[in-house]
Amino acid sequence: MSKIPLQFRHNGREVAIFVDGGTNLLVALRELIGDMTPKFGCGQGGCGTCSVLVDGELVLSCLTLAETVAGRSIETLDGMKQGPNLHPLQRAFADNFAAQCGYCTPGMLMAAKALLDRNPSPSRDEVIEAISGNICRCTGYEPIINAILAAAGGRISA
Amino acid sequence: MAVTVKTFPSASEAAGALSSDRSARYLGGGTLVMRALNEGDISISTVVRALDQALTRIDASGPRITLGAGVTFARVLAERDLAFLHAPARSIGGPAVRNMGTIGGNLFAPTPYGDFTVALLALDATVAVQGGFGARDIPIEEFLQARDRQAGTLVLSVSCTRPASSEAFRYRKIARIKPKGGSVITLAAHLPISGGRIASARIALGSMAPTQIRARAAERALEGRSLDAATVAAAASAASEGTSPSDNALGSAWYRREIVGVHLRRLLSGQE
Repeated sequence: MSKIPLQFRHNGREVAIFVDGGTNLLVALRELIGDMTPKFGCGQGGCGTCSVLVDGELVLSCLTLAETVAGRSIETLDGMKQGPNLHPLQRAFADNFAAQCGYCTPGMLMAAKALLDRNPSPSRDEVIEAISGNICRCTGYEPIINAILAAAGGRISA
Repeated sequence: MAVTVKTFPSASEAAGALSSDRSARYLGGGTLVMRALNEGDISISTVVRALDQALTRIDASGPRITLGAGVTFARVLAERDLAFLHAPARSIGGPAVRNMGTIGGNLFAPTPYGDFTVALLALDATVAVQGGFGARDIPIEEFLQARDRQAGTLVLSVSCTRPASSEAFRYRKIARIKPKGGSVITLAAHLPISGGRIASARIALGSMAPTQIRARAAERALEGRSLDAATVAAAASAASEGTSPSDNALGSAWYRREIVGVHLRRLLSGQE
């Protein structure tokens, strides 16, 4: 079966790859581009750790057919840091102990970024809703919620 | 395993490709078909897509609304004129799933999913499909009863009449995890009132049978009556009649039968 040529923007950089028919975006990012920040969790849309932004919209890369992002702009956790500096969300996650095993963290950060890009000062309930598609099995939701609120302007109310 | 992806400019071409190939599946938002591919479903060898803008159109201005099959739940939630559908749309997935999942795909989502379809069933929606024999409209109940045989047809849109008031249409999803989780049971009620009496009551249930079903005995208990305590109690006690729920990780069939009447009573009496 022939390979399909595919071009898109990956964290601001134009990339061109060849994918097999049916390849999902997560496989394209990890195996063909070498961006290991989105993780494979369930492959079913239940865990959220593969979350990326496509043209600013939060999607699950494992359920996205790679060729549907042709010409579009993909943001992953790898593009979040600004030079040597952590993104304010990353800083807040570190300061608030919001990562334990770290497997859910890439998806949590992308879901949080999708929220704050649209709503810079969310309520606690809006934060909970925003990360409701992301599962943390270290039961670290409270520190994660606090970290996102802290990044949004230090409004932590535990 | 690699599959062949066929992308067409129009829905009718995609429908043609779908009806002529038994191993073809239509890719909407990806939450069902990509999941199946990730799990190694070898029954799919061709994935069909259509770029037709008609599939993502929303017509919500009049008394009868039409949603293109490719409209996502996030778009339903962004549409002020579709406020009556916000509760079912919000009950699905997290934000990423709502950005991807579509109205058309939800018609095919197996238990414990397919919550939006429960709402559409209570609203007596019509499903517009295109098969090898051209386009036609099918009542949603008929569509669901024959769902296993619909694989070769392409859903174009879903239409329904806007409920007369926010009181007339009610929706409730019971889940273990809030705000997100698969359905233990899902209920929707459409209760048009004519001269103080309920006329053409519709009660739809999710996760109470292999597909979404109407609770006909409960509907009969409501028909022609006012929504008082005795009527609500009669409908609630008839709620499990004709259902055939299954056991799954979220609840047993026995549990579902036990609670469906409780939640129908709460839904009808406006309790949280």
